[in-house]
Amino acid sequence: MSYDTVVVGAGLAGLTAALRLTERGQRVMIVARGVGATHLAPATIDVLGYLGDTRVGAPAGSLAALIAASPDHPYAHITADQLATAVTWFGAHAAALGYSGSVGENMLLPTALGVPKPSALAPRSMAGGDLRGGGRFLFVGFKGFKDFHPALIADNLVRAPLPLPITARALELEPPSSRLGDLSGRVIAGRFDADNLTDWLVGELENRVEPDERIGVPAVLGLRSGDQTWQELEKRLGCTVFEVSTLPPSVPGIRLFNALTAALRARGARLVLGVRAVGAHANNGHIDTIDVANATGTVSHAVGSVLLATGGFPSGGLELDSFGATRETVFDLPLIGVPETDRVRFAPNYFDPQPLASAGVPTDDLLRPVDANGHPVYTNLHAAGAILGGAIPWKEKSGTGISVASGYAAAEAILAPAAQSVSEAVR
Amino acid sequence: MNDFIRDSLDHCVKCTICETYCPVSQVTPMFPGPKYAGPQAERYRGAGKSVDSSVDYCSGCGICTQVCPQDVKIAEINSRARAKLWEQRGVPLRNQMIARPTVIGRLGTPVAPLANWALHNRAVRGIVQSIVGIHRDAPMPSFAGKTFQKRSRNHRGPSDAPAVVYFHGCGTNYYEPLVGEMVVAVLEHNGFRVIVPEQDCCGLPLQSNGNFPAARTYVRRLVDRLVPHARAGLPIVSNSTSCGLMLKREAHEILGIEDEDLKIVSESMYDLCEFLLRLHERGQLRTDFGSLPLTVPYHAPCQQRGHGIGKPALDLLALVPDLHMIELDVDCCGIAGTYGLKKEKYEISMAVGKRLFSDIAATGSELAACDSETCRWQIAHGAGVTAVHPIELLYRAYGLDRQGQRDLVTTGTQPARVSG
Ligand SMILES: Cc1cc2nc3c(=O)[nH]c(=O)nc-3n(C[C@H](O)[C@H](O)[C@H](O)COP(=O)(O)OP(=O)(O)OC[C@H]3O[C@@H](n4cnc5c(N)ncnc54)[C@H](O)[C@@H]3O)c2cc1C
Ligand code: SF4
Ligand code: SF4
Repeated sequence: MSYDTVVVGAGLAGLTAALRLTERGQRVMIVARGVGATHLAPATIDVLGYLGDTRVGAPAGSLAALIAASPDHPYAHITADQLATAVTWFGAHAAALGYSGSVGENMLLPTALGVPKPSALAPRSMAGGDLRGGGRFLFVGFKGFKDFHPALIADNLVRAPLPLPITARALELEPPSSRLGDLSGRVIAGRFDADNLTDWLVGELENRVEPDERIGVPAVLGLRSGDQTWQELEKRLGCTVFEVSTLPPSVPGIRLFNALTAALRARGARLVLGVRAVGAHANNGHIDTIDVANATGTVSHAVGSVLLATGGFPSGGLELDSFGATRETVFDLPLIGVPETDRVRFAPNYFDPQPLASAGVPTDDLLRPVDANGHPVYTNLHAAGAILGGAIPWKEKSGTGISVASGYAAAEAILAPAAQSVSEAVR
Repeated sequence: MNDFIRDSLDHCVKCTICETYCPVSQVTPMFPGPKYAGPQAERYRGAGKSVDSSVDYCSGCGICTQVCPQDVKIAEINSRARAKLWEQRGVPLRNQMIARPTVIGRLGTPVAPLANWALHNRAVRGIVQSIVGIHRDAPMPSFAGKTFQKRSRNHRGPSDAPAVVYFHGCGTNYYEPLVGEMVVAVLEHNGFRVIVPEQDCCGLPLQSNGNFPAARTYVRRLVDRLVPHARAGLPIVSNSTSCGLMLKREAHEILGIEDEDLKIVSESMYDLCEFLLRLHERGQLRTDFGSLPLTVPYHAPCQQRGHGIGKPALDLLALVPDLHMIELDVDCCGIAGTYGLKKEKYEISMAVGKRLFSDIAATGSELAACDSETCRWQIAHGAGVTAVHPIELLYRAYGLDRQGQRDLVTTGTQPARVSG
């Protein structure tokens, strides 16, 4: 089949780009080996949380400093306006989650380990946990739900560096028994969808909340009904309730994936999981067809453009073999941030600066992967998300921000190549 | 044997993505989920005894393998573990029975009215449930009486057109021969001569019921019938998504058949809609579709997704004027071939299908489309709608029903007519 754009990768970057492209009338197919990091990461959009060891309050205002320190950073190829437009557009288009926030300032949201994490945008069901204003918090856990300990959260948060002091206490509730075995976040969310655990939760909390307390619950309030459940809880309890991101799987992340793919389906995009992009046929530096390996063989699809959104090492966009060689897995693109094969690739301590941390694909300002001379490898290949080199997302707290901003910007570059090239020439 | 299936367990990073998708572990504590039953338990399965029986509760829907970002062949690992379990414990009679659709078909066809009465009689089904273990409420198709093979023998198609080979599968043969006739009609309308070789079961039900040796025999027999055509360079099309997938991939990956003939057949196999869409891409599909003013929810069966071909039915049906397809977003209808027939699994299968049924109901349509026959029977049963193969909509849009003077007769469980 022929497509205007084939997007390789169904993570946040690929889905964002695909949504923008279909919105502008493109016929898009997304192919992916599997699901991306959406199901693991909280659905917050973290644009920039740290510059070195310093926590960032105003992400948009700190970009210049970031780019000065890391000139190869993906954000160096995205203008501040583009970034703001992308994030605002994204919030509006993932409307089912009701995003709040902006690139202007970071919220500080508690994690399941009781760390305040800077996020520019958060689903409204999470935004009530913003710690910046101080105040009183009650963290609630469910017995049997692993890796979520309200006492740990409360304890760590009161000791964490925050602009204003907070108090926090913990409560662990015994959920009504069910025939379901393992209490994973996904299973509890299913129970909120199906059995109305809301009544139970309201009943448990009604007489235990103290005035002015905000209630943090694990982010498992339902997959289909999460937002409604949250609204109902706030209404019936008469106080601020917020979801706290959990360890994987991430229920808000699955909601986000579902919202984005539903919007894509409604616009006629095709999403094919369980297949792998394995290469392309190009003529004069222009990709004509992309090869996708399925159950029996390889099918070539004619394309106008290709977006590479294959993620980094965790999703298989990059591969490190046992001889120490790193490569980009679909096109064997040139990489930056990769030590020579005979050099040390891992520092002994986890939190040490890691030699491979910023490995990825370098691009031009149209987010096209470039060779060592800065020339695009293919005129119609763009890249977005964690496959981009030059960033250390987990340290900067910039992973989802990069995905959204570069996904949107790459889509724009695909949509208006001519206009963009002119502005490139002017620059 | 091809150990890339087992070896893939080392790629598991414990990300839990498969767990969030498994339709079975979400509705029952009997199954611990794909990560536990698959890559984790497999480490203990070595050469010795099977380590647990919970893997029998895996329905084999294959969704876990599709979503796993690390290419762990979870469903395939489970499938093999299940076979080992039954190899050690002996395959129960019930599994032996429902795994042989051709045997059942041959028994039921000559006495179709009687057999159909029995299949839909509550008292009889109650006895069957207690003796054999097939749930009394599980969806059972009706025998058509005259098989597709028999019907097609009298059919005279064009003689000098390019040929395509039709692998119709057991569902079409014994229960839905009219679907087979529609397939032939649509292919002929597009200028093909349709060859219907004699054929038997592909062995898939035996495989999913844990009898690998018998399944291999069936695969080999079928491959023998198909391979001369494949060697002659002819495409083979199938409207049974799961049987097509068996030949495309599972016979090799799960049953471990390493065989040049199978390989050639695999490479010649096309899902029916995949084949038609390819024709369209080459500008060779006739698009003289008439208006079909219907709104129809479409469910892509999990086995169809295993082909990795997208949803060609939707691309094809988008060509039909005034036909509005609603793409449903539910992974599994619950039946998973013969899984939902079993006494101890019927409830699970209905719980899995619940969301699909309610999403179909929410569309208000009395008609749903789905490529796989067992899923259509489950949908008809669970959602109370008529469930058709996409080919039926194409057939009507081409106006072939009027030419052939034939009413639309649809699924085996719901011999309902579509009006409008
Ligand atoms: C547990 C966890 C927690 C995180 N928490 C945060 C957080 O709090 N804040 C934050 O900002 N970021 C966080 N991140 C990081 C963030 O999720 C990622 O940086 C970002 O979402 C990456 O998105 P992506 O679309 O670029 O790639 P991914 O989400 O990795 O998706 C890559 C896609 O490409 C597919 N693919 C790969 N190779 C191929 C191929 N050859 N053919 C076809 N498909 C292919 C994959 O299957 C997948 O669908 C977290 C990540 C993890 C794992
Ligand atoms: S999705 Fe794949 S990698 Fe993740 S836990 Fe399941 S099997 Fe392991
Ligand atoms: S094949 Fe289906 S039922 Fe079995 S583990 Fe995988 S997702 Fe679950």
